Amino acid sequence: MRSFEYTSARSIDEALAGIGPDAKFLAGGTNLVDLMKGDVEKPARLVDINGLPLADIAATPAGGVRIGAMVRNSDCASHPLIRERYPLLSQALLAGASPQLRNMASTGGNLMQRTRCYYFYDTAFDRCNKRVPGSGCAALEGYNRIHAILGASSQCVATHPSDMAVALAALDAMIELLGRGGTRRIPATQFHRLPGDTPQLDTNIEPDELIVAVELPPNGFAQRSHYLKVRDRASYAFALVSVAAALEMDGNTVRTARIALGGVAHKPWRAMEAESALVGRRLDATAIERAADASVAGAKPLHDNAFKVALAKRSVARALEVAGGAA
Amino acid sequence: MSRDSHDPPSEARRRFVLGTGALGASLGAIDALGAPKDVPGNAVAPEATHRVRFRLNGEPRELVLDPRVTLLDALRERLHMTGTKKGCDRGQCGACTVLVDGRRVNSCLTLAVTLEGRDVTTIEGLSRGGLHPAQAAFLERDAFQCGYCTPGQIMSCVALVDEYRHGMPSYVSRDVRPGAGIALSDEEIRERMSGNICRCGAYVNIVAAVRDVAGGGKASS
Repeated sequence: MRSFEYTSARSIDEALAGIGPDAKFLAGGTNLVDLMKGDVEKPARLVDINGLPLADIAATPAGGVRIGAMVRNSDCASHPLIRERYPLLSQALLAGASPQLRNMASTGGNLMQRTRCYYFYDTAFDRCNKRVPGSGCAALEGYNRIHAILGASSQCVATHPSDMAVALAALDAMIELLGRGGTRRIPATQFHRLPGDTPQLDTNIEPDELIVAVELPPNGFAQRSHYLKVRDRASYAFALVSVAAALEMDGNTVRTARIALGGVAHKPWRAMEAESALVGRRLDATAIERAADASVAGAKPLHDNAFKVALAKRSVARALEVAGGAA
Repeated sequence: MSRDSHDPPSEARRRFVLGTGALGASLGAIDALGAPKDVPGNAVAPEATHRVRFRLNGEPRELVLDPRVTLLDALRERLHMTGTKKGCDRGQCGACTVLVDGRRVNSCLTLAVTLEGRDVTTIEGLSRGGLHPAQAAFLERDAFQCGYCTPGQIMSCVALVDEYRHGMPSYVSRDVRPGAGIALSDEEIRERMSGNICRCGAYVNIVAAVRDVAGGGKASS
């Protein structure tokens, strides 16, 4: 690992004052320290934010929940408010990583984790536009079984690895950022970017901004939601495809639907056409099949990942069946 | 297990292992992280610039470290507590599992300088005054073959029981909502132990050992 300067921030102001072009915030370190060991991330300075007072989960006056950026993934998953109001988020968090890593990983850090594309992760490969902008994409012509089928570009076909972020996209979460210019809030669905011509940018956060909280609005999904993760082994692996599905029903009729997919794109993929296809319909096999088809509309599989199109459709169908109580 | 980490004979055995063949060569390179004189040509010599004070198995410790040093390397190379094992060193195997403030973490991805004022428990800290029930269960159930992953497995087992008793759900829990109740089935144990890989494949007996320690109780919520 390369040498770096280490400072521990005692306040949010100190954290913001310490950040700069060559600096990174250190939260749980589960991804950043790993990438530093691999010489992919090379910060000159780490600003340790583990001591910041951002580790609370609280109900909001609006009936939602506010999650501090330093709440650990395990604490978020097992918090009574999250389990009661947003079991989908609990499930998604519990689907990610291992118990040890979830005890370390923070809410903010989970959003900031980087792709698990092998060509990004291994500096033995020369070409990666995310790691070395302009160098090309080795995955495009290489082994691309785990890569994107939706929203990719000729510059990058990486996927975002988070499970938590998929649930946040489905639950209409807002991400609260604090920078030297003040506070701003952006929807979880707009926090991560598609690769386009700038795949080196994973998110829309500014370099001097800190994630301070994630806020969930009130909703009626707690009774009918499901997070389904499909991977190469039963546990402790990244998703090939994952689905966050949430429903509000009037009897047998769908009033509101939320569907987001993980493992298929550079960002959590909110399938709004699929959601619309369900609204006002009975949740039967026909409606589910139509929604599953719509969820992968426009998919462009690569050489090794065509299976993901069928897998995504079946996963959407399964997640909807379980969420709706039919399976 | 406490004997292994404190007595001179185990240190001697470790040096013997380090000096033996290809295995010795690779472990020797890892050792270099904590010992500047062994650093190969292109590596930057660690700079011991940061003071950190924490409790290790109940005892206060103070180290002056390069910020790059992980808790795992600090334990093994600086404090000579070699019960905690280095497997992948990248957070993928769980061999380095220790407890920080009672919670299990991967010590290979924890920078030691971040531990100011924290409480670290390693496998050596479990066994004072006789075997910990988890250690006894692993012996009773023959829950290992080569034993390299065992300290990490046991630390995870101890944490798992604590997490379960506090009502923490898992991905395989049928209903994560409070009050749903979670029985600690073998499926639950496998999911909750999935952060610890066993290359020998002793999983069947590991599950049995964890089941024995947990006592098959039902979580409060």
